[in-house]
Amino acid sequence: MKRVLTLAALVLAAGFSTTAASAQTAKAPNPALVDAYMKSTFGKAPPEWQARIEPDETLKTCNAYHNEVPSAEAEKITAREMARVVYPADGKFLGNWKEGAKIANNGRGGQFSDPPDTVSGGNCYACHQMEQKEVSYGTLGPSLTNYGKDRKYDPQEIKNAFTKVYDSQAVFACSNMPRFGVNKVLSEQQIKDIVAFLFDPESPVNK
Amino acid sequence: MRKTVIRSAAAAILVLCAGSFGSHAQDASEKEIERYREMISDPMSNPGYLAVDRGEALWGEARGTKNVSLETCNLGLGAGKLEGAFAQLPRYFADADKVMDLEQRLLWCMQNIQGLDTKDVIARRFSGPGRASDMEDLVAYIANKSNGMKIDIPLSHPKEQEMVAVGEALFYRRGGVNDFSCATCHADEGKRIRLQGLPNFSKPGKPAQETMGGWPTYRVSQGALRTMQHRLWDCFRQQRWPVPEYGSDVITALTSFLQKQAAAGELNVPSIKR
Repeated sequence: MKRVLTLAALVLAAGFSTTAASAQTAKAPNPALVDAYMKSTFGKAPPEWQARIEPDETLKTCNAYHNEVPSAEAEKITAREMARVVYPADGKFLGNWKEGAKIANNGRGGQFSDPPDTVSGGNCYACHQMEQKEVSYGTLGPSLTNYGKDRKYDPQEIKNAFTKVYDSQAVFACSNMPRFGVNKVLSEQQIKDIVAFLFDPESPVNK
Repeated sequence: MRKTVIRSAAAAILVLCAGSFGSHAQDASEKEIERYREMISDPMSNPGYLAVDRGEALWGEARGTKNVSLETCNLGLGAGKLEGAFAQLPRYFADADKVMDLEQRLLWCMQNIQGLDTKDVIARRFSGPGRASDMEDLVAYIANKSNGMKIDIPLSHPKEQEMVAVGEALFYRRGGVNDFSCATCHADEGKRIRLQGLPNFSKPGKPAQETMGGWPTYRVSQGALRTMQHRLWDCFRQQRWPVPEYGSDVITALTSFLQKQAAAGELNVPSIKR
């Protein structure tokens, strides 16, 4: 009888440890295993396309924590990404807001269905409200209506906005927002134009 | 106390109003889509049911070097048993020693039972004008045989557990020029991209159940029946990832993860979507 109980306890213990082990695997399967899956699905893509889905140090951390990074890791990310921001040599952050408005509305570029020479847009409206009269805006990011006006067109805020668009993770670790400058999705001039769309007093964002 | 309640209620109403002002256009178009959906959800007028009929004929048609039909293909519940099979896919198949979704399993049966060269079938994986897809038609027919049943994928085999665990990791894996993952758009409540509402798949529940319970679907905008293979192919396109291989493991892993989140959701397919 005692033996049966011991056996039962052993079986139970084994059961528990399996549960614990599978819970662990569920959180973080072996990276080599995930890579094997990736290879079976994307292994025939051109090398430059495969390079794009190879996570850098920052994304490796974001992936491992499902974007909810502890503060020590977050500091490492923002420091690393801040070092990647290239500010305009002429020291000017504001471009043409009318061009910026077009970039904010343009969602083309970077898809395998796009012709390779497509000029990418920022696709800002996919996630943000910007000018009041555009009703087709997404809500994944905060509303940017009156962005410049609310910040009193402060020069430091203008520089911060350039930083944020150039490399969102220099400001917020594991931000959902693309790193437009670092990943070369947008040119320096395009980023200046978007910053102008946010900060020019004549821009409809501030009307 | 009472005053605070009233005040916070007023604040809540203000917030609601501010929210609904911006989404007014969405409400209107959503309502229109809903009305349209009701109009055509009747099986007699949903063009997706033409695919079901074509799929039934294909299932029984003798093809391949062995000149036999697919009727002995085992989709998990026994040779030729279709009722409820789709509700329990993807699953582990001992003969292939692999977890497979419906498309992978059908290709396996075509190759191994019929001796069919699947190159042409894969070339026509997504239908287009003047190009029918055997896979879309077969999936429509077979999935329809699980109507009214609840999504319930088996998770007892270690390879099935691995599929779901890798699927979850892939759901959060960021990449492409915009650093997007599935979670970028599908890990929060009540968000939308432009005016399109985004279901949250990061936890089990209704959004996952309603989504997975409605695929395959007839896409009105594409004039075609589409399966989850096509849906995920299109997600990767929008994610700025490379073209995913048809019927490959990343797709199956994500499908397994989504099916797990959608557990107990009821199937009603083919549905009809915009």
